[in-house]
Amino acid sequence: MAGPLVLLRDLKPQVDDPRTRDLDWYVGQGGYKTAETVLKTKTPDDVIAEVKASGIRGRGGAGFPTGMKWSFVPKGDGPKYLLCNADEGEPGTFKDRLLLTQHPHQLIEGMIIAGFAFGARQGYVYIRGEFVIEAEIVRRAIAEAYAKNWLGKNLWGTGVDFDLHVYRGAGAYICGEETSLIESIEGKRGYPRLKPPFPAVYGAWGKPTVVNNVETLSAVPWILAKGGAQYAKIGTAKSAGTRLFSVSGHVNRPGVYEIPLGTPFTTILNDVCGGVSGGRKLKALITGGSSVPILTAAETEGLIFDFESPASKGTMLGSGGVIVMAEGTCMVRALMVLMRFYAHESCGQCTPCRDGTPWLANLTKMIETGQASMNEIELLMSVSKKMAGNTICPLADAAVMPAQSYATKFRDEFIAHLDGKGCPFPAWTFGEGH
Amino acid sequence: MDWTLSEASKQAIAEEATKYPTRRSALMPALHIAQRQFGWLSEAAIEAVAKELGVPVADAQGVVTFYTMYRTKPVGRYHIQVCQNLSCSLMGAEGLIGYLEKKLGVKCGETSPDGKFTISRVECLAACGTAPVMQVNDTYYEKLTPQKVDDLVAGWAKS
Repeated sequence: MAGPLVLLRDLKPQVDDPRTRDLDWYVGQGGYKTAETVLKTKTPDDVIAEVKASGIRGRGGAGFPTGMKWSFVPKGDGPKYLLCNADEGEPGTFKDRLLLTQHPHQLIEGMIIAGFAFGARQGYVYIRGEFVIEAEIVRRAIAEAYAKNWLGKNLWGTGVDFDLHVYRGAGAYICGEETSLIESIEGKRGYPRLKPPFPAVYGAWGKPTVVNNVETLSAVPWILAKGGAQYAKIGTAKSAGTRLFSVSGHVNRPGVYEIPLGTPFTTILNDVCGGVSGGRKLKALITGGSSVPILTAAETEGLIFDFESPASKGTMLGSGGVIVMAEGTCMVRALMVLMRFYAHESCGQCTPCRDGTPWLANLTKMIETGQASMNEIELLMSVSKKMAGNTICPLADAAVMPAQSYATKFRDEFIAHLDGKGCPFPAWTFGEGH
Repeated sequence: MDWTLSEASKQAIAEEATKYPTRRSALMPALHIAQRQFGWLSEAAIEAVAKELGVPVADAQGVVTFYTMYRTKPVGRYHIQVCQNLSCSLMGAEGLIGYLEKKLGVKCGETSPDGKFTISRVECLAACGTAPVMQVNDTYYEKLTPQKVDDLVAGWAKS
């Protein structure tokens, strides 16, 4: 890969070397020096300017410019909060787990700098509940940083305070949505809030709050150490920096890879991931987590992994969660699995989502099992259209985008299920993958 | 069963409560602590946590039922949670569930009569690159094959 690695340093993907999570290892790499220098020599506005210059856009899925997000926080005294979104749960996405387990100190250093930039004196890492081990690793790293007085009061004698804690979720995909995460950390059901007011003004406990993804915050020390301009040189003009792509499904070498934005899809599929498994041809591709519209193999021609190229093909880079599907994969079954997920994860606050997602799940199940007619395919299209854009948060849209795109682009397959009164494809077998 | 919070649990809850601007925020951590002590959260356990934090019991119940990891009935000593989302399904999650059910003599969603095993389906464990994946108690088991499952089951049988 061209260019320096910002997030994973010289680590090879999926290398589980527990030493990299230790404070000594991180300090040996120059860790915490950037935070110290920033706090001693820069103003908060300097930091925000540097992050704006880097061009980094949020790595959680929405891709909002990070520096701009920080600059929305009102100036002045009073409590402000920094929340790290480590509620990783978008199917196909498993990049943050690697950062949490391998580089917790890099995240902590990024959070110290981010907190300084917009005046937060308190930060929380909201980790999905299932990540019990990961939460322990981050807790241990936080304790190590406190022991050095790199967290707590008067950091490096600058008068800056920053406290950091781990908060564990308890199994709710919706809590990855920023306002839902805020409700959850307040000890409530994770119901998304209406925006505005935006969290930058009215966030956790009613105070100005920034919610950033693990990957975004982990890139901050590098940006401040080398300068925003250096970061902006990686990637493309509009899509700066590197990105962690988590690749799963039918590839020979699935895993998490740090890759400069602007890399062609074929390079990632063939050179990085060793091609489609079993010597098969590519059938379909999810570019950025399960909720983005699917691409057919033909549509992946000329696809570049940056923010613009997927958008030009009607999909999104999203969370960087890439799922590869080989020829022979039943697209109705794939959709059925996804619709079951969204039905399960709907928080129930908005009727179109609460009622709509189970409806989509039932319809896809009926089609897959051969109990449907054209009526069900039409219903799938019309129900999903009525859900889109009619809810507080994007979960309904996250179900609608796959529903519409699979049923449109692979309509022949949906009809084949009706004609054959069942699924014409082979089962997805256990035990042949590894 | 005695649903009184232990001194250690109370102390852990008190420590959690110092980390947030409101005591209410400590509710989720407190429920995790209580669940670790009791194994699952009965109405009495939820009530004990609510009282400890001064949160209305109905609110605590609302939180428990919203999040899937809070258990409102007991599970076996080994709680086997198999991911059934897309990447795991593509790599044979359904087959894995069937294999486990047969091997352990337990149906999905049920607990074995000896109280040892519970099998559940879960949605996305965020370990898609090492599919198929299951979580047993706190630990992830990844890149599962029939051979790996056989070895794990043999280990559990001895314990």
